[in-house]
Amino acid sequence: MNVTVARLTVRGLLGRRRGILLLVVPAVLLAISVFARNSSADKHDLAVNILGTLSLGTLVPILGLVVGTGVISTEIDDGSIVYLLAKPLPRWKIITTKLAVAVVTTWLFAAVPTLLAGLIIYGTQDTLAIAFTLAALVAGTAYSAVFLLLGVVTRHAVVAGLAYALVWESLVGNFVKGAKTLSIQQWGLSLAKSVAAHGTIDATVAVGVAVPLLIAVTVAATVFASVKLAGFTMTAED
Amino acid sequence: MAVITIDKVSRWFGNVVAVNDVSMSIGPGVTGLLGPNGAGKSTLIHLMSGFLAPSSGAVTLDGVPIWRNQAVYRAIGLVPERESMYDHLTGWEFVLANAELHGLAEPGAAAERALALVEMEYAQERQTGTYSKGMKQRVKMASALVHDPSVLLLDEPFNGMDPRQRLHLMELLRRFGADGRTVLFSSHILEEVEQLARHIEVVVAGRHAASGDFRKIRRLMTDRPHRYLVRSSDDRRLAAALIADGSTAGIELDFHERALRIEAINFQGFTTLLPKVAKQAGIRLYTVSPADESLESVFSYLVAS
Repeated sequence: MNVTVARLTVRGLLGRRRGILLLVVPAVLLAISVFARNSSADKHDLAVNILGTLSLGTLVPILGLVVGTGVISTEIDDGSIVYLLAKPLPRWKIITTKLAVAVVTTWLFAAVPTLLAGLIIYGTQDTLAIAFTLAALVAGTAYSAVFLLLGVVTRHAVVAGLAYALVWESLVGNFVKGAKTLSIQQWGLSLAKSVAAHGTIDATVAVGVAVPLLIAVTVAATVFASVKLAGFTMTAED
Repeated sequence: MAVITIDKVSRWFGNVVAVNDVSMSIGPGVTGLLGPNGAGKSTLIHLMSGFLAPSSGAVTLDGVPIWRNQAVYRAIGLVPERESMYDHLTGWEFVLANAELHGLAEPGAAAERALALVEMEYAQERQTGTYSKGMKQRVKMASALVHDPSVLLLDEPFNGMDPRQRLHLMELLRRFGADGRTVLFSSHILEEVEQLARHIEVVVAGRHAASGDFRKIRRLMTDRPHRYLVRSSDDRRLAAALIADGSTAGIELDFHERALRIEAINFQGFTTLLPKVAKQAGIRLYTVSPADESLESVFSYLVAS
């Protein structure tokens, strides 16, 4: 961790109204939760649907994408990354610091609202709220690492990230069963299943598979991002 | 003593060769990297500052490779050409952050010293996004100087500066050079380089065209054949009078343009001869314009010679 890198990253990420924009999606989730709490439908089904689809399936990947790429891609795009890189600073330190900022931000803006939404709709029953929060925490971490890597390797990080989150996880995952094995969302869901009361959450991936994959993907993405950043190349404009 | 050595370096991007088999050595003092736009100056500076790997050859600082070696940044200060620099920070916050990133023992004192050096204390509380080009350039300088580097690399530092700021920066760089630091700056403007650098490296189209004392290179540039387009009240008579003189190598009567195309060998000689001859013969000169004064043509002459 480098305090200066963290400070610069946080200011870049949350400064200038961007922080407020990040609050919009969680606010929508909470508003829907309040609405659901007052509806007459089955609360358990509502909670699983809202927390599973809206929170873990949408809020977490979208925030992970915006935040994970946002902690580095702006600096790479406008060239100001040079000021971080022209320093005797190990590249892995820059990456892990930025990852830490991304993870904590994703937790704050996605996992905490997930917990609140769960509590609003279903209280503490079946440990459902805790289970989905845990899923949001681990999935948020993995998304942050993967999207940070995308921010380092491609200028089209947001498009690539959207393609993964929307096309692969949501679309392909719904039709092709195997695709679910390679989905951060499903890994999170598998963890949620193991925490919640028996039979309350469905997950296709076994927790023994999900946990190692979550760790492997997060670590590999971080290592690869560090290596790529160490070989960062400036392209001449002249 | 800090010496950057570029040894038989080429760099290509796909099929495009940006730098072609260049060898040069940049030592203490101020060196100007001169060349037209697109000549490969920025590519060379990126190679020297560790932001680009050579496709072949080696770039070293005192014998140590620069690419993928973060330790070199203890000795190198880089002023990039691009302007963006955390616009939401104030000048003070920006330079302080740079000092902290270097892991300096007293970052506050270092930032203060660097900002004083470039005379930017008066605006240090303003966000850098509100700065003029010249001010940005100076704060960029401060960020590059904050760790007191022995090598300073500047990519087109005078771009967008007004004359006063230009003089101030030149004075600053001159002082660094006199202190025994290795200062290299790139520019596509000959006069700029001439005013500041004793030593010049010229690159044209990715090739190392010339190297050495600026006077020598200046002479090479002025001694080349010069082409002029001249219109007068009597082109034929003027041509006859001019060709008699040794400073003129050839004259063509361009019917289409209704003008003379003159190739002069001796630049100095010809510029004094032309008005004299015209006056003696009672011919009026309407147009005298250099036909090949573009920097590119000057440089391509250098490469050919």
